[in-house]
Amino acid sequence: MSGPSTYVPKSAIGRWFESRLPIMGLMHSSFVVYPTPKNLNYFWTFGGILSLMLGVQIITGIVLAMHYTPHVDYAFQSVEHIMRDVNWGWFLRYTHANGASMFFIAVYIHMLRGLYFGSYKAPREVLWILGVVIFLLMMATAFMGYVLPWGQMSFWGATVITNLFSAIPVVGASITTWLWGGYSVDNPTLNRFFALHYLLPFMIAAVVALHVWALHVSGQNNPTGVEVKDVKRDTVPFTPYATIKDGFAMVVFLAFFSWFIFYVPNYLGHPDNYIDANPMVTPAHIVPEWYFLPFYAILRAIPDKLGGVIAMFGSIAVLAFLPWLDTSRVKSASYRPVYRVFFWVFVICGIGLGYLGAMPAEGGYVIASRIFTVYYFAFFLIIMPLLGLFETPKPLPASIADSVLARGGSASAAAAGAAHAPENK
Amino acid sequence: MIKTKLSLTILGLATALVAGPVLAAGGHDAPLPERQPWSFAGPFGKFDRAQLQRGFQVYREVCANCHSMKRVAFRNLSEEGGPQFSEAQVKALAAEYKIKDGPNDSGDMFERPGRASDKFPAPFANVEAARAALGAAPPDFSLLAKARGYSRGFPLFLVDALPIPGGAYQEHGPDYIVALMNGYSKADDPNWNDYMPGNKIAMAAPLADGAVDYTDGSPKTLLQYSRDVAAFMMWAAEPKLEERKKTGFRALAFLLVFAGLLYYTKKKVWADVAH
Repeated sequence: MSGPSTYVPKSAIGRWFESRLPIMGLMHSSFVVYPTPKNLNYFWTFGGILSLMLGVQIITGIVLAMHYTPHVDYAFQSVEHIMRDVNWGWFLRYTHANGASMFFIAVYIHMLRGLYFGSYKAPREVLWILGVVIFLLMMATAFMGYVLPWGQMSFWGATVITNLFSAIPVVGASITTWLWGGYSVDNPTLNRFFALHYLLPFMIAAVVALHVWALHVSGQNNPTGVEVKDVKRDTVPFTPYATIKDGFAMVVFLAFFSWFIFYVPNYLGHPDNYIDANPMVTPAHIVPEWYFLPFYAILRAIPDKLGGVIAMFGSIAVLAFLPWLDTSRVKSASYRPVYRVFFWVFVICGIGLGYLGAMPAEGGYVIASRIFTVYYFAFFLIIMPLLGLFETPKPLPASIADSVLARGGSASAAAAGAAHAPENK
Repeated sequence: MIKTKLSLTILGLATALVAGPVLAAGGHDAPLPERQPWSFAGPFGKFDRAQLQRGFQVYREVCANCHSMKRVAFRNLSEEGGPQFSEAQVKALAAEYKIKDGPNDSGDMFERPGRASDKFPAPFANVEAARAALGAAPPDFSLLAKARGYSRGFPLFLVDALPIPGGAYQEHGPDYIVALMNGYSKADDPNWNDYMPGNKIAMAAPLADGAVDYTDGSPKTLLQYSRDVAAFMMWAAEPKLEERKKTGFRALAFLLVFAGLLYYTKKKVWADVAH
């Protein structure tokens, strides 16, 4: 896909600059002539949406940081100052807080799309692993961001999560003290979380650049999972085709996002976080943000603290090994009838774990969490390796162009086909 | 393939519907607060000025004896989207309060009449003083309407987020506050409340029929008082609510029109490609 750029600057200045730093050529080959499979569906627009969300979070975050005070005595007050007295402060804060949730909605769709269409398989292993790294960085950033308003859930969430490290044998207690900068979650913790919360998004941006670079070397996967065979027949140039489609999807996503910002801005938050942090009063139920709930449920499903911590981190780490755990040679679940069933059960299991993570860890909830946790790991560690050996996939189309033509043919055979025919000429 | 997807979706929904109530049966012994008819609910919601003014009267005459409201300034009362008292009224009101200021040139703290820019002074010097006098420290009023809530449980909590009738529900806090004010159901136990978690509340029933003298002819009932003060508390917690909803309408209208234009542009661009 990548190769020497074909970009020829039109102006003399452009040619002078290009021969010294070919950045315009890089942009041109990445976002203009870059060949994209013509059969991509709307699930492929979430990469663009995620880039947009990273931008939104960085811009709103920088302005919020201008008004925020990272000190245990002033943090909560400064957030309320933003909400009440800073021009458009409520908009910035609600955008940033809900933006984190939107970021995770988009990333979960993006990841499940990869899981369904086998986007992690050769030659995209490095691309996928970079994605797992971004996901980990996102989780760290979001967790530390939630601590900054210094409400009750901020404080107690930070206490619970940082305490997990104390489960590490021998050095656990020292590591926890080192993370806290003291003997409990306190001002040094808030200060370093703020510093890291500001740093990590730029690290995410750097890994995103690598992610896009890796993508543009291997090329995009597509709903058939069949690699591009003939660039002319199978692909269209990124601009205008993908640009306009991504743009449309981004605006629809922004409309969805706006509904939350303007009409239900506290829906995804917890009322307790509108109470000043108080180390002397523990909330009745300490619940993390919704996007951590499935992993929180896995943590609590294991009766042993260290075991729970290992399972929780393992549930994310296992993703990095997917390219080698999945033994099937067929990428897309569209041609894997059995895998498809297991995939949808996995999705239901993930949603179920999310629900259980918000419930108290008692009785039937714990049993359900354990069943779902077993399925979560079995899906990756048992089902995926074995299914590749036993499943009989459906016949694959010869190429992307053939699959598109086959679909067009059956559509024109249908009653409505005649009306659509002029579009497909 | 569509058939499999559909049957799996149905299977998933069925599992969720059956499993949800079974799983949820573990919790909930307290009754759920009733939904009140708020003027500020929904995408086009606005505060009822007269209600906010009455609510402020209830706060000032009853609640403020124990509860502080430290994040709200007198000037906020005259700002757009709030009770909208006149600036002269606010000035006169602020002047009735004594505000501690200083130090002056000789290094002493002194008391002066309040100004519109001052925050509401607290009834107690600090939390410890409040606790010593009352037995428990009353929570600050500024954010209480957002700091309290309840869950309608699965699956109604999902409806709370949706733009459908009965959805877009964000008024859990004010509803809870009204329920709490009306939840003192045991005459022999002043600290029993149906809606307080654990049913034990340090505050005895603060409001009763006829406790506050309304001048606008509104009914002087407990229910009316509690609705008015809860509406006022929602404004105190979210003074930019009206501006937010108004801006939201413009933003969404723009985005939807823009999305429509992009959709047809996209169709045009892709018209010559089989995909």
